[in-house]
Amino acid sequence: MSASTASTIVSYTGKKLGSLRSERRWALWTAYASLIVATIIFLAPPFYMLVTSLKSSSEISNLSGNPWIVRAPTLENYMELIANPLFRGFFVNSVIITLCVVAISMVISVLAAFSLARMKFWGSQALATGVFLTYLVPDTLLFIPLYQIVGSLGLLNSIWGLILIYPTLTVPFCTWIMIGYFASIPKELDEAALIDGAGWMQMLTKIFIPVALPGIIAATIFAFTVSWAAFVYPTAFVTTPEHMPLTIGVVSQLIRGDTFAWGQIMAGALMAALPPVVVYAFLMDYYIAGLTAGATKG
Amino acid sequence: MAQVHLRKVVKEYEGGVQAVKGIDLDIADHEFVVLVGPSGCGKSTTLRMIAGLEEISGGEIDIGGTVVNDVPPRDRDIAMVFQNYALYPHMTVYDNMAFGLTLRKFDKGEIKRRVENAAKILDIGMLLDRKPKALSGGQRQRVAMGRAIVRDPKVFLFDEPLSNLDAKLRVQMRTEIKKVHQTVRTTTVYVTHDQVEAMTLADRVVVMNHGKIEQVGPPQELYHHPKTRFVAGFIGSPSMNFIPARLEEVGSGLVVRMTDRAVLPVPAARTARYAPHVGRELLFGIRPEHLTEPHPNEHRPSIAHFEAAPEVVEPMGMETLLHFWVEGHEICARFDPAVEVAPGKLAAMAVDMDQMHLIDPKTDLVL
Ligand SMILES: Nc1ncnc2c1ncn2[C@@H]1O[C@H](COP(=O)(O)OP(=O)(O)OP(=O)(O)O)[C@@H](O)[C@H]1O
Ligand SMILES: [Mg+2]
Repeated sequence: MSASTASTIVSYTGKKLGSLRSERRWALWTAYASLIVATIIFLAPPFYMLVTSLKSSSEISNLSGNPWIVRAPTLENYMELIANPLFRGFFVNSVIITLCVVAISMVISVLAAFSLARMKFWGSQALATGVFLTYLVPDTLLFIPLYQIVGSLGLLNSIWGLILIYPTLTVPFCTWIMIGYFASIPKELDEAALIDGAGWMQMLTKIFIPVALPGIIAATIFAFTVSWAAFVYPTAFVTTPEHMPLTIGVVSQLIRGDTFAWGQIMAGALMAALPPVVVYAFLMDYYIAGLTAGATKG
Repeated sequence: MAQVHLRKVVKEYEGGVQAVKGIDLDIADHEFVVLVGPSGCGKSTTLRMIAGLEEISGGEIDIGGTVVNDVPPRDRDIAMVFQNYALYPHMTVYDNMAFGLTLRKFDKGEIKRRVENAAKILDIGMLLDRKPKALSGGQRQRVAMGRAIVRDPKVFLFDEPLSNLDAKLRVQMRTEIKKVHQTVRTTTVYVTHDQVEAMTLADRVVVMNHGKIEQVGPPQELYHHPKTRFVAGFIGSPSMNFIPARLEEVGSGLVVRMTDRAVLPVPAARTARYAPHVGRELLFGIRPEHLTEPHPNEHRPSIAHFEAAPEVVEPMGMETLLHFWVEGHEICARFDPAVEVAPGKLAAMAVDMDQMHLIDPKTDLVL
């Protein structure tokens, strides 16, 4: 984006109009410069976290010297956290919640999107729009009614309450993504499958899901992120440490009164951030592989 | 292998649009029938009703002796080739062809035998492990046909399968389709808007217009004996010239008079046929290929001669097209490229009146 803008500006103002090579070099420089700036801005906080997590408590509280440099790197914060059963519990809770939420979200939204995109029934169009509109309602508005509902089900202060609630945040958007992907699959593809002898379910599992895999991965990443990083809902709905996910566990249990175990907080936050990084890195490859190419002419 | 019968088939889309207005058609076993007509005439709709992809609003479709109105596509035992091929992008060529058989629970060996046989017929044996995106347009087209062949269905349905290919490949694949049909002999319904494709492929051509069948017949019959003005104009390229003319009696014979200067004698053989229409204003129709340079050795009495100055001359290589105007109507003539003609210069022309047509402008029927 910035590259193309820059190159146009040059061609309008520069004397060397038509000198494609210098124009291109200019564009590349601008692109690299802005990318480097962006990278520094985005990576500074995690880097600071890493630095802090490798320091001992005494080094952290020592205010002399450059805080960006570790003088005596130590893994003691990590060791203590891993040895702490509470922290391991947070981790397990987060994993259970996220796996369930991703599974529930994907099953519901793929089925919903398939029927909304392909089975033309009365009101399907309105329903599809409705699904998207629910996504536009701010989470914080749903907060109180959901608290009532979860409370009346007796699921407050339990990971099952969270597993019930998160899909209300993920399903609308995932469905919307999937409707887009399914709608972009040429109609002839289902007709060919229909003639080849496929029923609705086979059409979904054998044609739609594999062809729309990039969309499914995008939706999975979204559901994973929402569920792994949720903060407001667990803060309100979970009060005892053994039911807490990582996000609130780290902050609520590692801050004792006004003592902040900064080293452990940073180590915990970094370890919490690790699974998303792994998931992104692993799924991006699939995501980028354009699977729809070659379905039809062109 | 099967016959297909359409009886008073109607398709009405919601909103009251009648795309197909009650057509009757009988297709024999092994026959290759081509539906042809201008865009929007209802060809695809008709084909899709045979396939079961569109509901039939009225009438009856019978495939191989069974009325299939309420039979879903997969139980109709048909195979269809789409304009955009509709190959499954995530499957290899082999799996694309095998998909229908796998769903029908054929055993592995039989599937392999059929796929390999089809691959041999279509000469795509070396592509079986590729994904569709690694194929050229022509190769995708072959795979789409292979998917139909392996099923060994009662009927093949083609919806403009060649229109995404470039001109040269189109001609090549046209021959290929004809060859395949001669090998497998499956009853085929083929939709196209290209009349050359229709003429070259079909045992019988069905010309459709505005949701109705205008005429059904072998290509030669449609060419020589069109029944309506639409068919006369649609079949043949460049299309037939139409000039308003009056049919008059002169002595014992008839003439068509376009202007005072342009009067052409009607062949004696047609006198009886046209006699009831003497004195009427009609449309005189003649194809460009029957309007040529005079041939010195041609002495048939039905050849009439006149002169005209072409305004536009188009050398096509194997022929030269001349365009001139009579009474505000553009006429096209087809000359041997060896004959020297120049725009604006009078050229001698010969009309083969044996090939003339007279059309009643009120009914648009050919007399
Ligand atoms: N789903 C639909 N709803 C309403 N009208 C439709 C629908 N599909 C087709 N039609 C109309 O039915 C008529 C016939 O369409 P059809 O697709 O059969 O034409 P065609 O002969 O195949 O034309 P082409 O050569 O352009 O493919 C057209 O007037 C079209 O607008
Ligand atoms: Mg069509």
